[in-house]
Amino acid sequence: MEYTIVIGLEVHVQLLTESKMFSACGTEFGLPPNVQTDPVSLGMPGTLPVMNRKAFELALKTAVALGAEIAPFTKWDRKNYYYPDLPKNYQISQYDLPFSRGGSLSIPARKDGGGGGQVTLTRVHLEEDTGKLTHGSGGFSEVDLNRAGIPLLEIVTEPEIRSVADAKGCLEELRLTLRSLGVSDCEMQEGSLRCDANVNLHIPHEGKMIATPIVEIKNLNSFRAVERALQYEAERQYEAWKKDGLTIHDAFKETRGWSDPEGITKPQRQKETAADYRYFPEPDLVPVVVDQEWIDRVRSSIGELPTQRRARFESDHGLSPYDANVLVEQGEEVADYYDAVAKATGEYKLASNWIQQDVLRVAKERKISLAEFPVRPDALADLINRVKSKQLNTNQGREVLGKMIESGESIDAIVTAGGYGMVSDRGAILEAIEAALAANPKAVEDLSNGKKRPDAVKGFLRGQVMKSTGGKADPALVGELLDARIAEISG
Amino acid sequence: MDLSRDDVAKVAILARLRMEPSDLDLFTGQLNQIVGFVAQLQELDTTNVEPLAHGVEVRNVFREDVRGESLPREAALANAPRRNAESFLVPVVLE
Amino acid sequence: MTDLTRATAASLLSLMQTKQVSAEEIARGYLERAEKLNPGLNVFVHLDAERVLDQARVVDKKRQSGGPLGALAGVPVAIKDVLCVQGEPTTCGSRMLRGFKPPYDATVITRLRQADAVLIGKTNMDEFAMGSSTENSAYGPTRNPWDPERIPGGSSGGSAAAVAADLAPLSLGSDTGGSIRQPAAVCGIVGLKPTYGRVSRYGLIAFASSLDQIGPFSHDLADAALLMEAISGRDPMDATSVDTPVPAYSTTLDTPPKSLRIGLVREFFGEGLDPEVAASVREAVRVYEAAGATVKDVSLPHSRYGAPAYYVVAPAECSSNLARYDGTIFGHRAEDFSAKSPEEEGLPPLVRMMMASRSEGFGAEVKRRIMLGTFALSAGYADQYYTQALKVRRLIRNDFDAAFQEVDVLIGPTTPTAAFKLGEKSADPLAMYLSDIYTITTNLAGIPGLSIPCGLTSTGLPVGLQLMAPAFAEENLLQTARVFERATDWHTRRPPLA
Ligand SMILES: [Mg+2]
Ligand SMILES: [Zn+2]
Repeated sequence: MEYTIVIGLEVHVQLLTESKMFSACGTEFGLPPNVQTDPVSLGMPGTLPVMNRKAFELALKTAVALGAEIAPFTKWDRKNYYYPDLPKNYQISQYDLPFSRGGSLSIPARKDGGGGGQVTLTRVHLEEDTGKLTHGSGGFSEVDLNRAGIPLLEIVTEPEIRSVADAKGCLEELRLTLRSLGVSDCEMQEGSLRCDANVNLHIPHEGKMIATPIVEIKNLNSFRAVERALQYEAERQYEAWKKDGLTIHDAFKETRGWSDPEGITKPQRQKETAADYRYFPEPDLVPVVVDQEWIDRVRSSIGELPTQRRARFESDHGLSPYDANVLVEQGEEVADYYDAVAKATGEYKLASNWIQQDVLRVAKERKISLAEFPVRPDALADLINRVKSKQLNTNQGREVLGKMIESGESIDAIVTAGGYGMVSDRGAILEAIEAALAANPKAVEDLSNGKKRPDAVKGFLRGQVMKSTGGKADPALVGELLDARIAEISG
Repeated sequence: MDLSRDDVAKVAILARLRMEPSDLDLFTGQLNQIVGFVAQLQELDTTNVEPLAHGVEVRNVFREDVRGESLPREAALANAPRRNAESFLVPVVLE
Repeated sequence: MTDLTRATAASLLSLMQTKQVSAEEIARGYLERAEKLNPGLNVFVHLDAERVLDQARVVDKKRQSGGPLGALAGVPVAIKDVLCVQGEPTTCGSRMLRGFKPPYDATVITRLRQADAVLIGKTNMDEFAMGSSTENSAYGPTRNPWDPERIPGGSSGGSAAAVAADLAPLSLGSDTGGSIRQPAAVCGIVGLKPTYGRVSRYGLIAFASSLDQIGPFSHDLADAALLMEAISGRDPMDATSVDTPVPAYSTTLDTPPKSLRIGLVREFFGEGLDPEVAASVREAVRVYEAAGATVKDVSLPHSRYGAPAYYVVAPAECSSNLARYDGTIFGHRAEDFSAKSPEEEGLPPLVRMMMASRSEGFGAEVKRRIMLGTFALSAGYADQYYTQALKVRRLIRNDFDAAFQEVDVLIGPTTPTAAFKLGEKSADPLAMYLSDIYTITTNLAGIPGLSIPCGLTSTGLPVGLQLMAPAFAEENLLQTARVFERATDWHTRRPPLA
C-alpha cells in the first residue's frame, strides 16, 4: 500500500419537525417553488427568529444518543456571507459554544473482516437550512426558498477514517442511528442527509510521512457517490503528488465538486474574497441552558440503538458480528422481525439463518419490505418450533416455509395437504430397516463377512429407509437404530 | 491603528459596497477618524469582564413546533426586484 | 371643530366618548393641518388620506353600534417609517426600500389596531434609523416645528415633529442610541425609550437588534402612558420580549412615587454641555427638591466610554442586519452592474449586482456604519473592537446597577444642546455622533429612558430633561416625571407655527 487515505466527514441532516426552525411554515420536500415560506423564512425586514423547541430537543436527543457531551450553556451566532439562497445573508448557526461536543459513531464489521471500531465526532450543532438555486435560462438563476429555515443538524467527525469502506460504513451507521431515533429520515436523494468529505493522503516517503493538501469534496448526493468520489480523489491526489510533490504545507485547502456523470471531482471556483464569516452572537435569539434533568429526560426517551442491538445479538444470542450486523443494518423492521422469532423460539442461530437465507432472500427478490412479507414472525416461529420438536425435519421445514411464502396458507394447512410430519415411531422405523435388509441380502452379506466398512453400508441402508418412509423418518432415530442393527450383524 | 485605502477597499468588498475612487478616499479618512475615536475602548482593563451581547439576559425562549400558514407565492414574490412566475431571479450563479 | 393645537389623546378620547366630535372629524382636522404644514416640515413620507378616513369611520360605526372599543378608539397615531404596516409603503427613509410593502403588520401595529387607533401616515426618519437629525433621509430632511432652519432630532425626527406640530396627538418612534429621547427633547415633547424587551420588536426594521426599542411620543405623560400600555407586553414573535406583567401606566400615573430618591449624573455635566441646557436641568432639580425629593450627585464612571462602545456594537449589528438588502429577494436592484474597473472585472456578475445595488440604495451614513461594523467584526479585529466593546457595555450596565442601589431615578440633560441648524454637523460624522452621548448608555444597559420638556432657551428652543430608571421600572419612571410635569407647564407649550 503506497498511501493511507485520511477522511473526515461533515454531515448535514434535516430534522423531522412540522414547522421551520424559527417560524411556522411547513417543512415538506418536493413542493413547487416558493409556496412554503413566511415573512421570517424570507428574511423580510423586521422579522425575528424564535427557536423551535422540537428542533432543539431532536438535536439534543441525537447528541445524547451519539454519546456527545452536552453543553450546559449554548447560544446562537450569525455566520455572515452573501449568497442568494440565504435571504438574510447570514446563517443562524453555532460558533464557539455549540450545544454539544465529542461523541462517536461505530463502524459496523464487514464480511471481509474490515470495519469495526469507532470514529470520534468533533461536534454537533444546530443551524438553519438555506434555500435552493437552480441555474435557469437567460443568464439567470432561480431562487426557491421553500427549504430556507428548515432545522439542520451539522455533524462533524474527526479526520480519523482510514478507508473508503469505513467512510461509507460510518455514514450508513449514522443514517441507521438517526432513523432509529426518529430525528431525520436521512434521504440523500431528497437532501435530508447531505455529506461533504475532507480528504488527503498520508504517503510514506524517504522514511518520513508526507501529507497531501486537504481537499473538501462537495455535492455527494448518494452513498455510491461518496464511495466513488473518495476512491477517485485518493487516486487523483496520489497522481498529483507524484507530479507536483505539493504537500499540506504548500497549498490551502481546496474545494472540489463531485460530478457523478463524469465520475470525477472538479475544482470549484474559489470565492473572490477569502471567507471571513464575521461570526457574532445572534442578538435576536436568547441562549439556552440545559440542566442534567433535561438531559436525563432526553436519555430516557431513547430506545435501544443499533450498536446496542448488535452487541445484544452477539453477547446474548451468540450470533457472529457479521450476522448480528446483517440483522441490524437493514433497519428496525428486520431486527424487530428477528427479535420476535428469536424470542418465540429461543433458537437464535436457527432464526438468524432462516431469516437471512429464506426471508431476506425472498424479500429482496420480490423487492418488498418485511412489513409486506407474507410470513409473519409468529408463523415463522411456529414453524421453527415444529422443527425443534421434530414434527418436521429441517428440509421439510424449508419446503413448508417455501409454500407458506407462495400460497400464504397456514402451516397446518400446508402440512396436512403435503402429508408432512416426521416418523419418530421406533416400531415403524425398525420395520422399515428390516424391510431394507430383506431387500438387500448383498449388503447384509458384505457386512457379516466384513467385506465392506459398516458406515459405508449404513449410508446406503439409511438412504433406503428414508426413501421407503417418504423422507419422513426422523434421521437421528434412523441412524441410532441402524447402528444397533448393523452392530448385531457385523457381530 | 491606521486603515489604509486598500484595507478600506477590502472591507468594502466584504460589505458588498461598490466604491468610486473618490468614495474610497472619503471613507478612508472618516473611518480612521471614527476608529481612532472608538480605540479609546482599549484604555480599559476588561480582564474577567463578561461580554454583554444581548439587550436582556433571559434564557430558554422557545416556540412550539406548530405548523402555520405559508404566504401565498404571489405575496412572497411581491417585492422581488426580478422574478418569473414562481421564483426570484438573480444573475446566474457560476459553480 | 376642536382646536387641535390644544389637543391631547386623552382630551380627544373624552370628546369622542361624549359624542362632541367624531373620529372622522378628528382625522379630517389632522389631515387638513398636514395639507397645510407638511410641505414645509416634511414630516410624513407616506400619507393616504382615504385609508386614514376609512379607519376613522370604522371606529365611529363601532361606537354608534355600541360595540366594545379599544383604549385608543379614534385617536390618530403617526408611525415612524421603520415599522412594518401590511400592504403599505414601509421604506425606512431609504432609496433601498422605495416601494417596499411588507406582507405583515409589526406587532405594535397589530396592537394599535386592536386598540382601535387610527394609523395616520408614515413619518420621516434618518435612513434605517441611523442619525440624529433626520437629514439622512432619501426624502430630504424634516424641519423642527420650533424653527424650520433647525433639525427635529433623529432618527425619529418625523414622529417627534408630527406631535410637536400637532399633526397627530401621538406617534411611535424607535430608539437605538437616543432616537426617541433626543428628538423629543429638541421638539419640546415627551419621548420614552422603554426597557429592552418591554415592547415587541417584531416588525421593527432592525438597525442594531440588541439596542433597538419602540416607544411613544406625546405632549404629556398621560398620553405617553396610554400609548405605552397599548404597545407593551410579551410577544411570542419576539424571543427577546420579556414576560413581565404590564402595569396600568395610565391609571397609576398620578400616584406619587413611594420613594423619590433622585440621582444627578455627574458625568452628564462635563464640557460640551450648553449652559442654557445645564441651567434648565438645574432648575428641574430645584423643582424636585421643592416637591420633597432627595437629590444627590451620582457617578456613572464609564459614561465617557458609552459612545465608543456604541459606535462599535451598533455598526457591527447593523452591518449584519442590513446585509439582506442586496437586490435579490426585495429592495433596490441596480440596472447597470457592469464592471467599471479592472478589479471589478474579476468579480462575478452576481457580486457586482449586489455591490452596485447596495451602493445605489444606501446613503452615506448607512454605508459608513456598515463599513465600520464590517471592519469591527472582521478577522483579526473582532476581539480588539467588538468583544472589547461588549465588555465595556457590561461595565456600563454595572455602573447603572450600582447607582440604582442608591437612587430610584437618575436625571440629567437629554442632549448637550438644543436643536442645531440643518447641515451644521452633516460634514462631521463624529460631531453628529456626540449629540447622543447622554442617551446612548441607557440603550447599552437596556434600561428605560424618558425625555420630558423642561424649558426653553433664550432663542425659544425646547430643552429636554432625561430620566432613567432600572429595567422594567417604567411605572415609577412615569410617576416620578409626573411630579415635575404637575409642577410646571412646559408640556403645554406649542411651537409658533403659522
Ligand atoms: Mg442572500
Ligand atoms: Zn453547516
